[in-house]
Amino acid sequence: MYAFDYQRPSFSQDAVSMMRSLEEPKLLAGGQTLLPTLKQRLAQPGTLVDLSRIPDLSGISVAGDVLRIGAMTRHAEVATSDLVHAHSPALAELAGMIGDPAVRNRGTIGGSLANNDPSADYPAAALALGATLVTDRRRLAASDFFRGLFETALEEDELILAVEFPKSGPAAYRKFRNPASRYAMAGVFVVRGADGVRVAVTGVGQEGVFRWKEAEAALTARFAPDALEGIALDPHTAMSDLHGDGAYRAQLTKVMARRAVEAIGG
Amino acid sequence: MNASVVTPIGAPVRRKEDHRFITGKGRYTDDLSRPGQAHAYFLRSPYAHARIRAIDTSAAIDMPGVVAVLTGKDLAQDGLGGLICGWMIHSKDGSPMNAGAHPALALDTVRYVGDHVAVIIAETLNAAKDAAAAVVVDYEILPAVADLAQAQAEGGPVIHDVAPRNTVFEWELGDKAGTEAAFARAAHVTAIDIVNNRLAPNPMEPRAAIGDYDAGDDAFTLWTTSQNPHVARLVLSAFVGLAPENKLRVIAPDVGGGFGSKIFIYAEETVCAWASKRVGRPVKWTCERGEAFLCDAHGRDHITRGELALDGEGRILGFRVKTTANMGAYLSTFSSCVPTYLYATLLSGQYAIPAIYCEVDAVYTNTAPVDAYRGAGRPEATFLVERIIDKAARELGMDPAEMRRRNFVTAFPHQTPVIMCYDAGDYGASLDKALALADYTGFPARKAEAERRGRLRGIGLSAYIEACGIAPSAAVGSLGAGVGLWESAEVRVNPTGNVEVLTGSHSHGQGHETTFAQLVSARLGIPIDQVSVVHGDTDKVQFGMGTYGSRSGAVGMSAIVKALDKVEAKAKKIAAHVLEASEGDIEFKDGRFTVAGTDRGLAFAEVALNAYVAHKFPTSEIEPGLKEGAFYDPSNFTFPAGCHVCELEVDPETGVTQIVNWVAVDDFGTVINPMIVEGQVHGGIAQGVGQALMERVAYDNDGQLVTGSYMDYQMPRAEDLPSFTLGLTETRCPSNPLGMKGCGEAGAIAAPPAVINALTDALGTQDISMPATPAKLWAVAQARVTRRAAE
Repeated sequence: MYAFDYQRPSFSQDAVSMMRSLEEPKLLAGGQTLLPTLKQRLAQPGTLVDLSRIPDLSGISVAGDVLRIGAMTRHAEVATSDLVHAHSPALAELAGMIGDPAVRNRGTIGGSLANNDPSADYPAAALALGATLVTDRRRLAASDFFRGLFETALEEDELILAVEFPKSGPAAYRKFRNPASRYAMAGVFVVRGADGVRVAVTGVGQEGVFRWKEAEAALTARFAPDALEGIALDPHTAMSDLHGDGAYRAQLTKVMARRAVEAIGG
Repeated sequence: MNASVVTPIGAPVRRKEDHRFITGKGRYTDDLSRPGQAHAYFLRSPYAHARIRAIDTSAAIDMPGVVAVLTGKDLAQDGLGGLICGWMIHSKDGSPMNAGAHPALALDTVRYVGDHVAVIIAETLNAAKDAAAAVVVDYEILPAVADLAQAQAEGGPVIHDVAPRNTVFEWELGDKAGTEAAFARAAHVTAIDIVNNRLAPNPMEPRAAIGDYDAGDDAFTLWTTSQNPHVARLVLSAFVGLAPENKLRVIAPDVGGGFGSKIFIYAEETVCAWASKRVGRPVKWTCERGEAFLCDAHGRDHITRGELALDGEGRILGFRVKTTANMGAYLSTFSSCVPTYLYATLLSGQYAIPAIYCEVDAVYTNTAPVDAYRGAGRPEATFLVERIIDKAARELGMDPAEMRRRNFVTAFPHQTPVIMCYDAGDYGASLDKALALADYTGFPARKAEAERRGRLRGIGLSAYIEACGIAPSAAVGSLGAGVGLWESAEVRVNPTGNVEVLTGSHSHGQGHETTFAQLVSARLGIPIDQVSVVHGDTDKVQFGMGTYGSRSGAVGMSAIVKALDKVEAKAKKIAAHVLEASEGDIEFKDGRFTVAGTDRGLAFAEVALNAYVAHKFPTSEIEPGLKEGAFYDPSNFTFPAGCHVCELEVDPETGVTQIVNWVAVDDFGTVINPMIVEGQVHGGIAQGVGQALMERVAYDNDGQLVTGSYMDYQMPRAEDLPSFTLGLTETRCPSNPLGMKGCGEAGAIAAPPAVINALTDALGTQDISMPATPAKLWAVAQARVTRRAAE
């Protein structure tokens, strides 16, 4: 990797001010994408601002109906949290399916959402569950947050503090892993809410995570596995690569959606 | 089994070396550091094919921490030669193969992405990488060809001027006219087109090297990740011209896997050794995983058309094969023998085939060099033979097991039409045992049950044979090898009766420290922890040919047996004098020399002590000491064979394959340590399943490597594999003293056709290529639905 300076602030406001004052700063959360990128010399930040020692960025709490997960909370903590299991069991299950144990013990929810990898898992949960991203300056609805491949609504110096999940109806996440990388090749998060069904898809869209509105309508009308029979994702909107073309990803999306519906139960 | 006991042959002795490895005490090349060492980084070509107009290193040399920036011109100035291919193949017309020059650092042309352009040596690796970015290379990009099928096209890019149409050789083996005649009288002909996918070797430990020049002795030491350090020294000395052998010590310490890829002499270790003299400091290089994907020699990569001539009863009359083999951009150390003498000589499989004719075109492409990878030629042959016989059975409406049985070789020795003379085997026995263990007759019921669950279930056989124990020196010499393939051993008995065994074999995962010691323990009757195995250092072991081709048991241990014979003979002479008996009356059993018919005797350690104090025998007749060496040259190849059965289910919705059962029945001859043998079989099957379902090195049309990391190159994981059911049958190998055949490659050879045959059974089509990825199988399953609807 290229040489860089390193800061490890103790307070989130210090992190934000460093992002404003330093030359070419870069936030370091869990580092599961950033560190490999640095090692391959594909990024050359001036200073890494390490968020790992800011106490109020980590932790899980419930206030009323709202589950709040600090941005620096590791995937393994979410996967094993009693609070998360009680509030949003599908979210805990999703966190336990990310990467491998090493990744889950380093990677963070805030880092994953800020990176917005089109094959990451958390964006599907955030979108389907209607999460709110709490930053140092505002509150952003998940539906406004994701802006395409590796693009979000975050400003350059903006820091995610926490992610809030409202109480939802029954939900499930089903993922088909890329055979090589184990990232989602098609990950589908289905929520059966009081105001309708939400279906968020990751690993498939050319613009990143998206809601599959056609499936939502079909499942809202009749929540059953075979409700998806007649519909299909347009293969031309799906990513195509060495591991599968658009038609295959469209198929996987449908199968994972159906399996998520089966998991929730009719 | 405890380490402080005598270990009989056939006992599952725990590996002595594992404590060292598991507790992190292994010593790999990258663990070593030399005082004052500098670090090397290789600037590599970003283009598949380009002319180098100029290299400007001036800015890089001025960068902080940079010791030197060296190019191919510097190598040439110092008079060093290029890398070599040590096996001469002649084309059908008698002409020698068209081998292009292979400089360790490019002179004027780069020929694949990753080709070596310059080496930057600096105080730290990071400083070297920084400086690499400041080396200015003026490239003239040339048209490239990465696709094997396009390589011989008229008017296409020419990679080496010496090789028109990129053709290295057009080789043939077998009886063309006899084979044509067999086809002329055939009742049925089965044809198959096969792509044997290109693989990356992926040893757990990447390659590494430290070159260290001692100006006082004018001598080099090279630590390197080698499967055969003596061969590395020979090549670097005799061909590259680095230093005479007596001034070059090559050490291969603990090595973490090779699978063939560490047989070869590469640019990096050559440059590190040379540069250490040039810069006056030790030079260290450790390969990164991304570099390994680019530059470690790849395996396989064939396109083949096979045709099988059959009579009306499913008996094979003749076999005709045309293969195009990808050699990559340069001929690697042993590359030319892989698609020729390690491939076509096994095309008879386990079958009595009266006539075989095989043509192989070897071609250059703008890709990494291709050389031996676990099995080396024999997996390619086995895949072809076992796929085409399976296809023929289905075309004839015969049970694939019966089709094989009908064609088995049953009388030995059996001379095939393609050089090999099979010495012993019982193919029917391994087939029968495998079918029984797999409950072959119960399969239709299991298939029906799976279908009710929406799964497509298939069963596939693979009756493989391989030629191991490589190899009789005169035989390989007559076929073009530049070396003999014997092995050496030295048994040094110390005065207190413990033993060091020096072997020219090299262990990089095979467990020689245990198996070899187990043999000596059993023979001398001393506890296994009193036997140490020494290997991997040209200053300790006089010479040896290294480990590959499942040769270390059949050849390496045979050399140890020869040395032990000599040790025992001399020890008997000494014991006779000490016991004041006639030499002919001395018996050696369970670690004691006794006078026959008496209770007078000496323990092995007592004889050893007498050998060194030399008080009680005439040193004019018997030299003091107890140390014997031997060279063993095999009289034939060995022929491990067996039958694997794969049973699997495909999810037609996703194309995912789940292997639900695996039976492997192998005939390895005598087994010294069944635990180690099982480990070899497990690993081999995993690699074979990797080739069948997952692994594939892909280049795009510009010759850029697409599968350059584990993000895109899929390796088998434990969860991809079932618990294996292993069985053994045993026919002793008649050509070596222990009756051993070799087991290191069997799984990787047997597994791919077993998987693909099972998939063709599950999906009802022969049109399934490797790797059979989920996306590919989903498309096949979709076509099956469409086909059934149309019917």
